[in-house]
Amino acid sequence: MVRYLITRLGQALVVVLLVTVIAFLILHLLPGGAARATLGKEATLEQLAAFNHEMGYDRPWIQQYGMFMQRLLQGDLGYSYQLNQSVSEAIMQRLPKTMVLSLLSTLLAIVVAIPLGVIQAVRRNRWPDYVITSLSLLAYATPIFFLGLMLIILFSQVWPVLPPEAPQGFTVAEVLSDPAGLVLPTVTLAIVTIAVYSRYVRSSMVDNLNENYVRTARSKGLSERRVVLRHTLRNGLFPVITLLGMYLPALFSGALVVESLFNYPGMGQLFWQAALKRDFPILLGVTLIISIATVVGALLADLLYAAVDPRVRLRRSAS
Amino acid sequence: MTTLSTAANAQPDTGAPTPGEAAEAPLRGMWRQGLIVFCENRLALVGLGLFVLLAGFCFLGPLFYHTDQVHTDLTQVHLAPGEQGHPLGTDGVGYDQLGRMMLGGQTSIVVGLAAGLLATALGTIWGAVAGFVGGWVDAAMMRVVDAMMSIPSLFLFMLLAAIVTPSVPMLILIIGAFAWLGPARLVRGEALTLRSREYVQAMRAMGGTGARAVRRHIVPNAIGTVIVNATFQVADAILYVAYLSFLGLGVPPPAANWGGMLSDGLADAYSGHWWLLYPPGIAIILIVLACNFIGDGLRDAFEVRLRRR
Repeated sequence: MVRYLITRLGQALVVVLLVTVIAFLILHLLPGGAARATLGKEATLEQLAAFNHEMGYDRPWIQQYGMFMQRLLQGDLGYSYQLNQSVSEAIMQRLPKTMVLSLLSTLLAIVVAIPLGVIQAVRRNRWPDYVITSLSLLAYATPIFFLGLMLIILFSQVWPVLPPEAPQGFTVAEVLSDPAGLVLPTVTLAIVTIAVYSRYVRSSMVDNLNENYVRTARSKGLSERRVVLRHTLRNGLFPVITLLGMYLPALFSGALVVESLFNYPGMGQLFWQAALKRDFPILLGVTLIISIATVVGALLADLLYAAVDPRVRLRRSAS
Repeated sequence: MTTLSTAANAQPDTGAPTPGEAAEAPLRGMWRQGLIVFCENRLALVGLGLFVLLAGFCFLGPLFYHTDQVHTDLTQVHLAPGEQGHPLGTDGVGYDQLGRMMLGGQTSIVVGLAAGLLATALGTIWGAVAGFVGGWVDAAMMRVVDAMMSIPSLFLFMLLAAIVTPSVPMLILIIGAFAWLGPARLVRGEALTLRSREYVQAMRAMGGTGARAVRRHIVPNAIGTVIVNATFQVADAILYVAYLSFLGLGVPPPAANWGGMLSDGLADAYSGHWWLLYPPGIAIILIVLACNFIGDGLRDAFEVRLRRR
């Protein structure tokens, strides 16, 4: 277990390091880069050169990366001239709100997707399976902003029970004080997640229902209910833990669209507005933080998986 | 399991091959069997039909239904369907909506196909090299994939779209350049397992060359996975174009795509111009569903060990 832990941690570190390199390369080596973006189209070549010199952008890129990493390790993600605010401050204001949205929708998705997947596996190739499969294919094929708009039309216009806009607020507490406003964004984000998770639970349950231990459990006379819920479900749910980690990038991408649609003041909206205004320090900072969150999430999921399923840590540390 | 499947592939149940064809028999057997399974899959055929229908509408439609999709006409804005000879009405700047659906569909389908293929090609090469070479090259190449995968794709696309000016070739490049990670992982895994299979090792022990292993065993076995994944890549690329357009980084007018039309339609949702919202929305859903149905059908056709499910 300790060896597995160390290898996995080392891998995660390498990945985070590579992420910083990729983000750095994308933003600093493309023509026009940060100087043009900060000073605008009217800036003269002299002004651009002066800015580049002041920021150190005229030095060899290896040196630039070193400076960038040095600042990064001190928690300095740069300064946004457009927001007139340091990047880390802007992110710290938004990050908790995105976490709330992602967490709520993931919880909702798990609670709904597991029973759905189990029903599909038990009633395999019969109508409940077909109905749920069709619905999840449909959910998967619908652009998430179209889905969100359908929900807004249904629940704010046709049957006005929920507000069409997400709660506006500076802090998490303010956002949470308006739970009605959180319902539509959370559900929109959860529906696509449910579609992915339930298919995964289904196939994992189908795999396990064909195992020998299930036959043993049945042949010793256990009720089908007990076989499914106590024996198969436990094993069938292990892979879902990995999925939680693997699905994080897609979840954050979804949050980006949902936050823009519902005007929810999170990281996605911050990133979106920065992209439209070409606010590169914010773009780079958000990309880095979101990616690190993804790596850490995947790492936690893997470790959790190894902790609950002894087969994983034995097999992996052996190889 | 794969050993069983190749045994089934190697002996096509449709008559014994003549000596001249014997060399090509396993491959042809696989394609023929796959075709049969694919045609038995009703959903896959529906998907294929749907795709052909939508593509025909977009690419052949303008030959029969002529509209001006370049010049705006501000005297003809927001006409309801049926008014003044516009079957689907007009949009906010006077473009005929039915004609615009055809034009927008062309972009969506072209970008989807091209980006999907580009991603598949890049991913296959990357994954195959990593899987075959192995060792530290493999480890390094896969860490790069891990790192890029942990940057959520939409953030990556937007980052690039903010730097370059979006156009159709640019969209294809941006999406293709970052969507190859999935196929790369898939092909690398496939190459690793296939390389160590008993039948490949047996062939090597009998004096077969590495090239023969690649040509006769690894490519035929991996190609199914690659093709299946390519269809899903196309579906994803079409959705990505839609997302980029929604986020304001799509192709600028007078060019159009279904995603951009749908996002423009969002603003009309409250003013009752439903014909600007639902046609592009439904078209996107249909084409993505079609690609996924085709992909599922191909998976059943190629991946023999999944057939019994």
